[in-house]
Amino acid sequence: MLDRVRAAFADNPVLAIAIGIAVMLAAGQTVAPGFASLQQIAAQLAVAAILAIVAAGQGLVILSGREGIDLSVGTVMSLAALVAGNVMGGADALTLPALVAALGVGMAVGLFNGVGVAIVRIPPLVMTLGTAGVITGLLVVLTQGQTSGSASPLLQTFITSPVLAGLPGIIFVWVLLIGAIHLVLSATRFGINLYAVGSNDLAATLSGVRVRSVRIATYGLSGMLAGFGGFLLLGYTGTVFVGAGEQYILPSVIAVVIGGTSLAGGKGSYNGTALGAIFLTLLTAFLTTINIAAAERQVLYGLVLIGFMIAYGREAKGR
Amino acid sequence: MTTAPGSAPTPPRRFDLRRNSTLLAVGLMVVLVAVNALLQSNFFRPGILLSNLSTFLPLMMIAVGQCYVVLGGSIDLSLGAIVSLVNVIVVVVAETVGGIPGVAVGMVAGLAAGAACGAVNGALIALFRLQAVVTTFATSIIIGGLALMVLPQAGGALPAAYYLTYGGALLGVPFVLIVLGALIGAVVWIAGTRFHTHLLAIGGNRQGAYQTGLPVARLRVQSHALAGLMAAIGALCILGVTGAGDPLMGQAFTLGSVSAVVLGGAALAGGWGSAIGAILGGAILGLINNVIFFANIDYQYQSIVQGVIILLALAAGIFVSRKPG
Repeated sequence: MLDRVRAAFADNPVLAIAIGIAVMLAAGQTVAPGFASLQQIAAQLAVAAILAIVAAGQGLVILSGREGIDLSVGTVMSLAALVAGNVMGGADALTLPALVAALGVGMAVGLFNGVGVAIVRIPPLVMTLGTAGVITGLLVVLTQGQTSGSASPLLQTFITSPVLAGLPGIIFVWVLLIGAIHLVLSATRFGINLYAVGSNDLAATLSGVRVRSVRIATYGLSGMLAGFGGFLLLGYTGTVFVGAGEQYILPSVIAVVIGGTSLAGGKGSYNGTALGAIFLTLLTAFLTTINIAAAERQVLYGLVLIGFMIAYGREAKGR
Repeated sequence: MTTAPGSAPTPPRRFDLRRNSTLLAVGLMVVLVAVNALLQSNFFRPGILLSNLSTFLPLMMIAVGQCYVVLGGSIDLSLGAIVSLVNVIVVVVAETVGGIPGVAVGMVAGLAAGAACGAVNGALIALFRLQAVVTTFATSIIIGGLALMVLPQAGGALPAAYYLTYGGALLGVPFVLIVLGALIGAVVWIAGTRFHTHLLAIGGNRQGAYQTGLPVARLRVQSHALAGLMAAIGALCILGVTGAGDPLMGQAFTLGSVSAVVLGGAALAGGWGSAIGAILGGAILGLINNVIFFANIDYQYQSIVQGVIILLALAAGIFVSRKPG
């Protein structure tokens, strides 16, 4: 029985998460009526969008193979939010320059990771953790431990207030991004090369793919998307504290994993990741709703993740 | 010693730095000791050396644990959280039971908890075939939460006898030297066991090791349990310095232990490396902290400089020792 469930889930990650999302909504609605109201769902989608955008970059890095992972996304978010908040200083007119700054900072860190991984060949895990350590130090120096910078009213409205059909603007940006990622992965040279590099980088090299450039660009994109996530997070919270982005590191990886992307690289798409982000956001919201202490919530969250992974996120047999 | 098929590295034809990667760690260590001695005039005084050793020991212990997991082709990102959990368990149990017996009960409880956490990690990874990085990241969330449940805020203390023993001497020999000797002895002993050979085999080629008939799953669970136990011993050493409970104490040790293992010359892909290298790696990271402290770098810049130096050291080590081509 369990094996058949597992097989069904492994073949259809999207179906498994859809069930997970439905269960979360039903459970939430039972505990706290209104949890599954349209208004509430729209609000949760706005939160999920931030995670999903960061997870998009994480997904690309994982897709690029050779143990690819980006554990610096959390600190990049904090750094980008800090830079954007200070560029913006609460002024609507400076929202766009702040966005550019956030994307630029994120991309710079990402490219740095990419060079370390692709050229120096430091294992991605160590490289990105190391970068995260350096940025954390930088954040402490820049902020002196204080909150700093603030989002413009324009940005805050964009993320929290409905603009069309009861949905906030961020949802539409997310939808555009989903389309863009699909397009990049399926119809551009970069996307096709990325799958080639991820599934077998030696074969890719021999077929003339510039493997290093593809990898560096991938980490650069991940950094940029994390920077974008930081910018949006700033809009959601209004101001920045040092550890703001940290809570996104593990969920960004888990969203990709339960979304059906193989951690071995070369296999996966963004649909599952996006649904995974929604599921994780609902899970957090549900655990907040049932009113238990923060430490217990943390334990429960981890247990659900492990349970979900046992259900179908398994490596190949025969080991 | 027989070498299992699959692990067998082709014998080096000429001097190959990759096969002598511990040499890099030794080289780095010599340079750092020299720099440290220049910056800190009394560096070679026995008292100073011992106090340095007492602060380096925790990371050395945890890095050795991480090393065995890495040798087997796995990784444990929850070791830092395990350190936190053991830290608070020892303090809370010791306070509840009271007195010197309480400390003993607390230590046993802490060691058991550490090994149990490691065994659970190993079981999830080996029996349920979950991916190690993500699994241990997720269990680190759970273990960290448990630590906060046991002791929500930093507080509580062990009897003074505990840290007086750790900082003191036994039969005229400084206690931390005995601990270091025991660690090196254990590492050397383990290096000669079948367990170690088999671990290298599954790290080098898991499929091959499995087909040769090695109990792959059992070995992986054992290596993870050993790592948990080493993290717990590391936590006991930390208590020897601080003497107080702190549910967030271990956070820095996850990256620290992985960095130490890599600096010590182990391949994160598994199948290659040595626990002695991990001990050296731990000492190198400790010396880097010392150098930063004595170079009079403004306190707030220390963690940036530390991070940059670690990255540079890793880059240098990997750049020199990587396979040609």
